[in-house]
Amino acid sequence: MAAPKTLGESLRQHGVSRRGFLKFCAATASMMALPPSMAPAIAKALEQARRPSVIWLSFQECTGCTESLTRSSSPTVENLIFDVISLDYHHTLQAAAGDAAEHAREQAMHANAGDYLVVVDGSLPGPNANPGYSTIAGISNYEMLMETIEGAAAVVAVGSCAAFGGLPMADPNPTGAVAVQDLVKDKPVINVSGCPPVPMVLTGVLAQFLTFGTLPELDQYGRPLAFFGQSIHDRCYRRPFYDKGLFAETFDDEGAKAGWCLYRLGCKGPMTYNACATMKWNSGASWPVEAGYPCLGCSEPNFWDAGGFYKALSVPIGAPGKALLGAAALGAAAGVAAGAMSRHESKQATKYHDKVNAQELEEKL
Amino acid sequence: MTPMDFLLLTKGPLFSVAIAIFALGILIRLAEILTLGRAKNYAAARGNEVIPGLKTVYRRFNPDPGTFKRSPFDVIVGTLWHVGFVVALLLFIPHVELIKSTLGIGWPGLPNPVVDAVTAITLLGLIAALIHRLTQPVKRFLSTKEDYLIWAVTFLPVLTGYLAYHRLINPYPLALGLHILSAEVFLIVLPFTKLTHIFTAFVARYYNGAIFGRKGIQS
Amino acid sequence: MTQGANSFSLTRGLNAWREEIDAPVASFFSSCVHCGLCAQACPFYVETGDPKYTPIHKLEPMRLLWEQEYTLWGKLKKAVKDRIDAQLGRQPRPLITDEMLEEWEPLLYDSCTMCGRCSMVCPVGNDIHYMIRKAREGMVASGHAPEGLIAASVRAVKTGSPMGLQWKTLEVQIKHVETATDLEVPIDKAGADYLVLLSSMEIINFPEYLEAITKIFDHAGVSWTLSRDCFEATNAGVQIGSKDIGAQLVQRVVDAAEQLGVKNVISPECGHAYTGIRWEGPNMIKRAYPFKVFHIIEVLDQLRAEGRIQTEGKEMDRLSMHDPCNLARKSGVVKQQRSLMDLVAGDFVDLEEHGEYQWCCGAGGGVSSNERAEELKLAAFKRKKAQIEEVEPERMVTMCATCRTQLEEGLEEFNMDIPVVGLTEMIADHLVEKEESEKP
Repeated sequence: MAAPKTLGESLRQHGVSRRGFLKFCAATASMMALPPSMAPAIAKALEQARRPSVIWLSFQECTGCTESLTRSSSPTVENLIFDVISLDYHHTLQAAAGDAAEHAREQAMHANAGDYLVVVDGSLPGPNANPGYSTIAGISNYEMLMETIEGAAAVVAVGSCAAFGGLPMADPNPTGAVAVQDLVKDKPVINVSGCPPVPMVLTGVLAQFLTFGTLPELDQYGRPLAFFGQSIHDRCYRRPFYDKGLFAETFDDEGAKAGWCLYRLGCKGPMTYNACATMKWNSGASWPVEAGYPCLGCSEPNFWDAGGFYKALSVPIGAPGKALLGAAALGAAAGVAAGAMSRHESKQATKYHDKVNAQELEEKL
Repeated sequence: MTPMDFLLLTKGPLFSVAIAIFALGILIRLAEILTLGRAKNYAAARGNEVIPGLKTVYRRFNPDPGTFKRSPFDVIVGTLWHVGFVVALLLFIPHVELIKSTLGIGWPGLPNPVVDAVTAITLLGLIAALIHRLTQPVKRFLSTKEDYLIWAVTFLPVLTGYLAYHRLINPYPLALGLHILSAEVFLIVLPFTKLTHIFTAFVARYYNGAIFGRKGIQS
Repeated sequence: MTQGANSFSLTRGLNAWREEIDAPVASFFSSCVHCGLCAQACPFYVETGDPKYTPIHKLEPMRLLWEQEYTLWGKLKKAVKDRIDAQLGRQPRPLITDEMLEEWEPLLYDSCTMCGRCSMVCPVGNDIHYMIRKAREGMVASGHAPEGLIAASVRAVKTGSPMGLQWKTLEVQIKHVETATDLEVPIDKAGADYLVLLSSMEIINFPEYLEAITKIFDHAGVSWTLSRDCFEATNAGVQIGSKDIGAQLVQRVVDAAEQLGVKNVISPECGHAYTGIRWEGPNMIKRAYPFKVFHIIEVLDQLRAEGRIQTEGKEMDRLSMHDPCNLARKSGVVKQQRSLMDLVAGDFVDLEEHGEYQWCCGAGGGVSSNERAEELKLAAFKRKKAQIEEVEPERMVTMCATCRTQLEEGLEEFNMDIPVVGLTEMIADHLVEKEESEKP
């Protein structure tokens, strides 16, 4: 094995200019809420960083996260950083297969004990679920995860499945899927949610880890605050239409054509915290709302079960209409019965009516 | 429980439970009132019952000039916040969507800034109404714990709605969840308190109008 | 149960309330939000400023019974309470006690004329006076009716008049009228169109009334009669709030009318008599009448409309009018008295709030028969006084003996020199005199 190159060397080899690199470092600084003057320091640190060992575990997932992170139309600093980490195990990307692949994982764990990062995409059947729902090389996901994180410095749960359980955990959750953070309790877990997540978020986390050896500040869901601190709604360029009450009601009405707010078409922007509205996708080309499509809320926990992608955020989940009708029918019947009882009581009272007469009144005087 | 779990709970099972309790309760109340019936009236009628009954249902929205003169505060503030509450409830676009999805019927809503202003007025109106209840001698004399309870139960959904809209509680799923929860409390409490007047007042007005109407007076 | 088997008791009172609670009552109690606007419509609250006179508060005991026994929710609460009491081994606290009713007696009788003004303004539409009337049934049955009203009821049943007035007293007056008018006052004339009833108060305080209708009916050629068996129109049962007493009294009217075979019965210038005969009577005796009931003002206006009343000259002083609650708000007679006023008044001005929104004189609904309520009665009158002061009339016109007495006494009390006249008399004063040859 050749001596590992520094990140700087690797970038230069790939023809990334100093200028482009500094631009990336400035973005990283801003994401970490550091002053822009820190960008050169970050650049310096990054240039000298050794390739950290990363073990990438793919469990119950669709490979969408890997696609998002690796496939860019042109090489960017982000995916180059991604390229230059020592991705010692990633069974979608690695050439090795079978025992050889597993062997690579064990080797990396052994060689970098205490220092390596574990990236997980996909949820996994929990310890009480049937492990047979997802295995790799005959090893259950649960077993593999617990074994792999043993010597890890930190765990990055990439994508909403790894972070929050995602689609596998959606109702009725047949495989008993759980999220990484449900199982990993003694290592830092960074959730990079999204379905898929914004690529820059993962590289940003990696950049910080490489630069400062620290992990980013997290929100209550364990997500890097720098990316998940603001809602889509608050940064949405269509927000003025919401504020004015101008809504598209179908995907092809005048409102939709005029770029009005997509709330009524099910946009979950108000409850969704992610960086799509600012960082956009595909090298900043566009993002779902800009493409005329409502935000699905994919970076939030349980977004699959949050009531339907095309139903407005305010629409209740389940069948309250049926509950209403059923209860109303029952109530009407019970009310009529109760009323009949009361009516009967009044009738009884009439039966027991004891006529008032002048004689007894006179006796009162 | 994460804010999202909380939101999904309030949007999901709790909402169904609340709306079921509401429907069950209010229909019991209405049915047990109507089933009681009225004794046959043997007196020759001077006027019709049905039309004056329906007219009174409408007329009691506008008080007579004397009442307005003697109790302008009640009339203005009472009308203001009642109308505001109903406008915010029925004409805010997210609420329209909710109703459409639950009942299958929808109508056009008002622009958000309008509802926002109306909500602010409603909040102020409700606060003013509470102060009035605490200070005006008749109101203070009549008021029971229940009156203050229903004030709170009415105030909270408006307040949380306002806070959620302005994103003054974070994260948003918590804000929205609190708003929905307070609305559910309102729905659940409604049939068991004098909030029933939301429905029974129409019955009461009808009977009032019918009783007077029979005697030839539009009440 | 047989008549009189029970003595007055709480049980009997609550039983009476159970008979009275119906769908409207249930809807009203369900709807009250304690806004207190009814207080602003009540002369007793407005003029005393005491919140306990808030109309809806007067019904609190009956509301408690309704809630506990007529709502499923109330029944559940009671079951839970009983359970807790049983577990703690203590006696359940009674919901309604005699002490409570004693406390409420002045609220339901002394400070309420059942004028119905509160029922007109309640924003949720509660017909409060409808419930007060019902609540009084339970008060009578539980032995919590005021003495004055009990005495009036006993006199009404025993003597035929709440004031103990005898036919022979009326007879003297009839003679007097006949002498004064040279006309016959028909008595027990079978088949007459109208049976005319009187009120004792009129006979004693306002004998002009009988003379007036004798003249008018002669002038208009109306076939009418008095009944020796029943001349009294008033109904103490309606005021005290006892259907039983009320039925007994109204039955006398019905018997007399049926015996004479009249087509119509005329209730005199008295408010509650009209309510009693016109609206409550058929329901108290549980059958429709074979005749129609009119207030004298309705009959006069009908005659006017048919051109059967010819008048000459007008009163030229400034006149205003007090609508009796029972006639206007509670019976829908509002235009008639104004059309009649147009005939004879040259300078008529209505009180600002009149007709269905008029203010009660403060004496109706049994208040005037209840000596204990004297002070409140005068206090409530202050509202009427204020209304009168606004328009500054030289005389007031009304068409109810109780209102008229209250107005006279009240105005005198406040040293206001405004005489009160009955509308019927005023009409009679302006009839075109017949030629000598036309006289019978």
